[in-house]
Order: sequence, then C-alpha cells, then structure tokens
Amino acid sequence: MQFKTAKLAALFAAAAMVLSACGTATPVATSSVPTKLGANEKSVSLLGWPGYAEDGSNDPAVDWVTPFEKATGCQVTFKAYGTSDEAINLFKSGDYDVIAASGDATLRLIASGQVAELNTDLIPSYANVYPFLKGKAWNTADGKVYGVPHGYGANLLMYKKDTVKPAPTSWDVVFDKSSAYKGKVTAYDSPIYIADAAVYLMAHNPALGIKNPYALDEKQLTAAVDLLKQQRANVGEYWSDYLKEIQAFETGDSVVGTTWQVIVNSMSAKANVGSVLPSEGATGWSDSWMVSSHAKSPNCAYKWLDYIDQPKANAAATEYFGEAPATAEACSFMASADTCASYHAGDVDYANKIWYWTTPIANCLDGRTDVKCTDYARWTQAWQEIKG
Amino acid sequence: MSSNTSVQAKSLLGLGPARRASSTLYSKPKLRLALLLAAPLTWLVLIYIVALVALLITAFWTVDSFTGQIQISWSLDNIQSVLTQALYRTVTLRTLGIALLVTVVDILIALPIAFFMAKVAGKRLQRAMVIMILMPLWASYLVKAYAWRAVLSNDGILNWLLQPLGGHTPGYGLTGVIIAQAYLWLPYVILPIYTGLERVPNSLLEASGDLGAKTVRTMRWVVLPMLLPSIIAASIFSFSLTLGDYITVNIVGGANQMLGNLVYTNVGAANNLPLASAIALIPVVIMFVYLAVVRKTGALENL
Repeated sequence: MQFKTAKLAALFAAAAMVLSACGTATPVATSSVPTKLGANEKSVSLLGWPGYAEDGSNDPAVDWVTPFEKATGCQVTFKAYGTSDEAINLFKSGDYDVIAASGDATLRLIASGQVAELNTDLIPSYANVYPFLKGKAWNTADGKVYGVPHGYGANLLMYKKDTVKPAPTSWDVVFDKSSAYKGKVTAYDSPIYIADAAVYLMAHNPALGIKNPYALDEKQLTAAVDLLKQQRANVGEYWSDYLKEIQAFETGDSVVGTTWQVIVNSMSAKANVGSVLPSEGATGWSDSWMVSSHAKSPNCAYKWLDYIDQPKANAAATEYFGEAPATAEACSFMASADTCASYHAGDVDYANKIWYWTTPIANCLDGRTDVKCTDYARWTQAWQEIKG
Repeated sequence: MSSNTSVQAKSLLGLGPARRASSTLYSKPKLRLALLLAAPLTWLVLIYIVALVALLITAFWTVDSFTGQIQISWSLDNIQSVLTQALYRTVTLRTLGIALLVTVVDILIALPIAFFMAKVAGKRLQRAMVIMILMPLWASYLVKAYAWRAVLSNDGILNWLLQPLGGHTPGYGLTGVIIAQAYLWLPYVILPIYTGLERVPNSLLEASGDLGAKTVRTMRWVVLPMLLPSIIAASIFSFSLTLGDYITVNIVGGANQMLGNLVYTNVGAANNLPLASAIALIPVVIMFVYLAVVRKTGALENL
C-alpha cells in the first residue's frame, strides 16, 4: 500500500512537471514594429464576428474576400465566433494571424501580449478613418495603436410586431415589464450583458449614480444583478449563437430581446419583426482588426487591415453586418443610399451616445477613485449566478 | 532434445532478422506479452489516467482574470468555491435530478419493450426490433437534439398534436431536456436489459406459473431479482451520459444550466480552466460513488 501511494505521488509529480512545461506559454511581446512590408505569404487566417469576412459561400452576391485574394494572393481562411470570451480563447491557440475584436476583448488581448503594435504608415487606408474612432481606449494603449477600426453600431431591441404591442420604445419590455412575455424573452448570453441592465438603471434609477455602465461598484453591480435575476424568470432562452436567435424568433419561441442589426436583416418577412434603438440608449461595439504577435503571415495580415478600411470593402462588410462604416468614403459605395444615414455614420454625437463594449476593470473607468469597481472576473461570476 | 536445439541454432544463423526476432519472441513469452500490450496500455494510461490527473492538478491552479493566463500557484480556492457556493449546489442537484429522472423514464420504457423482445416476439420480429432500436444510433447526436428543438418548438409537431386535446408543448426547459435525453439514451438502456432477460430461462417462468404464481408475482419474485444487475448496468449508461451532457440542454433546455454548461462556459467563455476542472470533478466523484455502490450488486459484470 505504501509503495502504491509513493508510485501514485511520483506519477502526480511527473504529470505536474509536464503540464507546467507545456500548459502555460508566457506571452512573448514582439519587440519590433515592422517598418516595411515583405512579400505576401500564401495564406492568412482571420478570426471575427459572423459576417465580417464573407467569401460568397453564404450568399454568392456577398463577397469581399475573393477580390482581396485575387489582388494579394493571400488565401483567406475565416472563423466566426459568438462571444468575445470565445474569441479570446480561440485566439490564444495561436492559429490566427488577424482578429476582429470588440472593446471588451481588445484590452485583454493587448494586456496579455497576444496582439502586436501596428505601424499605421503601412496601412494607407487608416488615414481616412473617422477621427472619433481613432486613439480610443479599446484600440490604443500608451499611445501605441493596436487596432484599426472596422465599424461600429448599437445592440438593438428586436420584437415580434404581432405579439409585442404597442411597439416598444424602451428596454422596459425586457426588464420591468418582461413578465408580460414570460418565457419568450431572450437576452445575450455573456457577462457583458450586465452593462445593458446598467444602461437601463442609469435612466430609471438615477439614485444609484451609475455614470458608465462598465464602471460599477459592488452596490451598483448588485442592483444590475437583481434586475437581471428578475428578468431571468421570464427569459425563455439566452443566445450567443446568432443562428439560434434567428430560429427562435422565426418559430415564435422568442418574441422580444436584444439583437444585432445583422440578425434583423436575416429575418424572413413571415417572422414579422421590428427593431428599435430604445430611448435609454444602448450598449454597442466599435470593433478593431488586430494582428497577432505570433502571426505566421504578417504581410498578408497588414494587407488585410489595409483592405478592410478601403471604402469599397469597408462598405460591403459593414453594410452586410448592419453597422456604421469606419470611413466616410465607404458611404458612397453602399448598395443602399440611406444605409449610412440609418446608422448615423459619422454623426459624432450619436456615436458618443453608444456605450461601447469595454472590459470592466478594478480601476473605475468613470474616473472615481474613492471606490473599487467590479472587474470582468466578478462579472463572469455574477453572470453565472444570474443564470442559476 | 539436443538435436532439436542444434536445428534451432542452425536456422538462427542462416535466416534473416525477422525470423530471428520471431524465434526470440517465441522463446520469451513475457516479452511477447509486454510488446503486445504496450500500445493499448500506453493509450489507456495517456487518455484516462494522465487526463484525469491533469484535470485534478489544474483544479488547484488559478487564472489571471484580466489577461486570462493560467498561473501556477497552488490554492484550494476553486475547490472551495465549488463546494461552498450556492450556484454549484443548485446546478449539481438539478443535474442529478435530471439524470435520475432520465434513468427512471428510460428503465420504465425499456422494461416492457425488452420483455416483449426477449420472451414474446418470434425470432424474426426479435431481430427486426433489435435493428429498429439500434437504428437511431446511426444518426448524429446533434441532428437528433435539433430535431427535438423543432418538435418542442411553439410551431412544432408536438403543439400541433396536443392543441386539439387542449394540451401545449412543454417548450424549451427542463421537461424538454428530460424528454430529449430519455430519447437519446434509450437504446443504451434497452440493450443490457434485453440481454439480461435473454438469460432468464423460460423454464423458470413456467415453473413459477405451474406453482400458481400470477404474472405480477412471477415478475416481482422471479424475473426482477435476476434482472436487477442488468437494470443497474443499463442505468449506468443513461445516468453517466446525462450527467456529463451540455449540448442537449443548450439546444432544448431554454435558460437552464447543467454541470456540463458550467464547465463549458468556464472553459469557453469565462476562460477559467482551473475552475472548470474543479467543477468537472463533481460528476467524476458522483460516478465513482455510484460505481462503488453498484459494484456490490454485480452489475459491472453485466455491462
């Protein structure tokens, strides 16, 4: 028996050593920022939100990847993800050269050394990007640029017109008045959704003093969590796979909940849905393309970053997803003339009203120094408790 | 004897390495056995034991919440939170409840079907039924789960069937999970019970009848005691398969979580591998306890 225990202990120790050797790669910060580009590699692998790099396989008419492949010789492989956390996890595998990430992921990617500083001189189209999208907390750190903007937009409220009457103008249909649609409410399945509750509380419970939905102290977080727990009783299902939400609205298993413009665009006419940016304002995203610090095809990666901000490609990509483009020039390439107007592209005031996804950290983002704010780990834990 | 050795020596000198190797192996049975078992044993050790040990060890590590990097600093935090926090208790109890209900439902459905197959049906029908029961296993698990999503949906076939009778589909939720899981694992439950019943001699049933026992009495006092190990063996399948599942509940479970979902979100979304390992240990422990209890009944010989 003694002998057996010793052997087992030895096995444990050996396994621990093996694991510590291979399980945790320390981030290698690439020291040098390229000053000029070399010859294009044969391929480049992209990671992004669904609909960010369409090659015509979903819809033959929707294709801005093939022209890029023809022009550069870089064969594109694209993988879509459903949540920012999933993106970070996939990107850690080191299989991707480029990522299109939202603000709740970019800071973490920069901090962990997964993405490399960019030389924007090598990305000519960057010069045309809206100034109000540049130098933001989610794409720039210490004055160093890590990401080029893709586009931006808001998380909308979608509802089935035949069941949700009158047409909602407030988020209260999914919060305080959600019991009217018990079992048919849906919500985005990610800790970052807590910010949606915080945006609602900012308007309806000013006493809490929330100034920024991503800077919540323990008391404010508790209020948001309580609101979401109350909502949980009426939620039919949470979604992170956008196809699942489309299907649930098509069959009527969900009738009201948070959505993306691209989902609204994908719904059939039979589903009879409407969407609105509610009066309280909304959370939203401003996405950035970033290059991996371990990129196997850095030249093709830079070429892609330049390509996606060129007016034609940027117009195609952002119009398909349903978001405002990163450049004013893109608007003239949109298939529909009023797309830019409907997303308020270039409207600085509107863009500033969206609470862009960003990673909650302990140092309050709203500038408060007298309290500690709740960080993303705390949000993750809270989210699991909400779902129960 | 001596001439035999000289013949062997002669052939060893005159023949190629393959022949020589085979002669060596022929004369050393232990080496032969070692070589034969090396590959499968390495596989077994790597897949089962090392993986389990790795799981156990990871549970004692922590993760940097901001950068998502794993830090190798030993702590009991994960184990402690899994044991003390209400969330994990609730989800564990829910998962256990679902697994038990699925098992009970499956056994209740499987018993009459298996009895009919083993004792009533003729040879041809019996064979046809075995094929029918195995048939669903040929389809992908995901296809079947998504099929149940369509069936349970608001404009699904279940609602269409039940509405004239004043009923309504249970929709997406725990009931849906139990229905779908019970369907998915049914073949694994029927087959062990069927083979168990095949081994019950007909003469015993006849003897019981001749001695005046009614059907119910025969079932309870003759068939059931002999069948119990098979039933328990079948329950191991449905119970353990349900315990570890997270896909079905994601597809038809509505907003509910099972243990597998907590593991999944901690690996996939929260990026907290150590906590996921700690949670993954819960079903492992439950299964160990279950198997230890069950071992005494002799059910493991019936798997």
